[in-house]
Amino acid sequence: MHIDKYLDMEQLASLKAYIAEEMKESIRDIQLSNRELTVVVRLRDIEKFMMFLRDDRDCQFKMLVDLCGADYPERNERFEVVYHLLSLTQNARIRVKVAAADGQSVPSMIEVFPNANWYERETYDMFGITFEDHPDLRRILTDYDFDGFPLRKDFPVEGKVEMFYDETLKRCVYRPTDLKQPYRHFDWQSPWKAMDDPYSLAEEDNTFDRGEFAASEPLAAASGEDE
Amino acid sequence: MNLQTLTPQDRQEIQDQGMDAMNRELQNNGFVLTRVEDMVNWARAGSLWPMTFGLACCAVEMMHSAASRYDLDRFGVIFRPSPRQSDLMIVAGTLCNKMAPALRKVYDQMPEPRYVLSMGSCANGGGYYHYTYSVVRGCDRIVPVDIYVPGCPPTAESLVYGILQLQKKIRREGTLQR
Repeated sequence: MHIDKYLDMEQLASLKAYIAEEMKESIRDIQLSNRELTVVVRLRDIEKFMMFLRDDRDCQFKMLVDLCGADYPERNERFEVVYHLLSLTQNARIRVKVAAADGQSVPSMIEVFPNANWYERETYDMFGITFEDHPDLRRILTDYDFDGFPLRKDFPVEGKVEMFYDETLKRCVYRPTDLKQPYRHFDWQSPWKAMDDPYSLAEEDNTFDRGEFAASEPLAAASGEDE
Repeated sequence: MNLQTLTPQDRQEIQDQGMDAMNRELQNNGFVLTRVEDMVNWARAGSLWPMTFGLACCAVEMMHSAASRYDLDRFGVIFRPSPRQSDLMIVAGTLCNKMAPALRKVYDQMPEPRYVLSMGSCANGGGYYHYTYSVVRGCDRIVPVDIYVPGCPPTAESLVYGILQLQKKIRREGTLQR
């Protein structure tokens, strides 16, 4: 039995049909998969759509559980903002997605759900997605004067700068990242061989290519060598 | 004599001999002679007051070591809420870039002599977060570290062991001026 034994799939399916009918012109895509209801909404209609989900008598999604971003560099509209809503009266959850191109701003949800304030700040901090009419859109998690948006796929995972204490200046300073041991993907068969020369094996066994996001060959390709 | 092969009875005997010698001195002369340096080091090693600097899950293990099972009070280790009253800083957890200036400031506020104990993989060298953009790759980039305690997180027992090692270090190489 599924962990959520109170999940009413028939109710979720009827909810899907209802929302698809009521908000036909706002919806780009709606599907029910993996026991979850996901709606992709047009950017210009997102505020109206969220109002509908919150206030409609048969929806009652009163609670914004999460709001976050996602980055798909290969798409035309690169970013996606994802909203997770919960309806306590219906005992149902829904996921709403909206796509935004780089530089395109998304309407702020603060008027609909006040707790979206800090979520949107976080999304701005991590992805650089701007929100229209947000009263206080500044960074929330990263360091003061942080440069870049760390959850974008083109941001280097080890960062651009690293922090040291400078004995002469008597304060903490940032210096450009200089890793003594570069980031490696440990999927080779003989880990001890990598100890002397990390690059000799990387060629044949390392399927992780920093330049591409999709690995060209499956991980299983690096087998068969036994010494 | 090999210390490892001593039985508890042997240890007790040695201790008794030492106490006897000291008592004789006290009875004959009324005082015991020692070096100031030894005296000061004995006092410093026996009353290490750590600054509570819990940053992540290691802090929970640090709390365990202070609680009744391991009871750091036995070693004169009493946690202080202020850097002005402490002479040891236990960096327990992941040190982020944003936290680093604060950590340094707290360290600078501690009076000399001061010691730093780096607890756990994250504080030692970045650990799990070594290849991330927001974490300091080892707190020794920010403050000078005396003792590194490995583990993720280290058990309360290993933190106690690390503190005992620090006491040993103070007794061995402690001087009046550091």
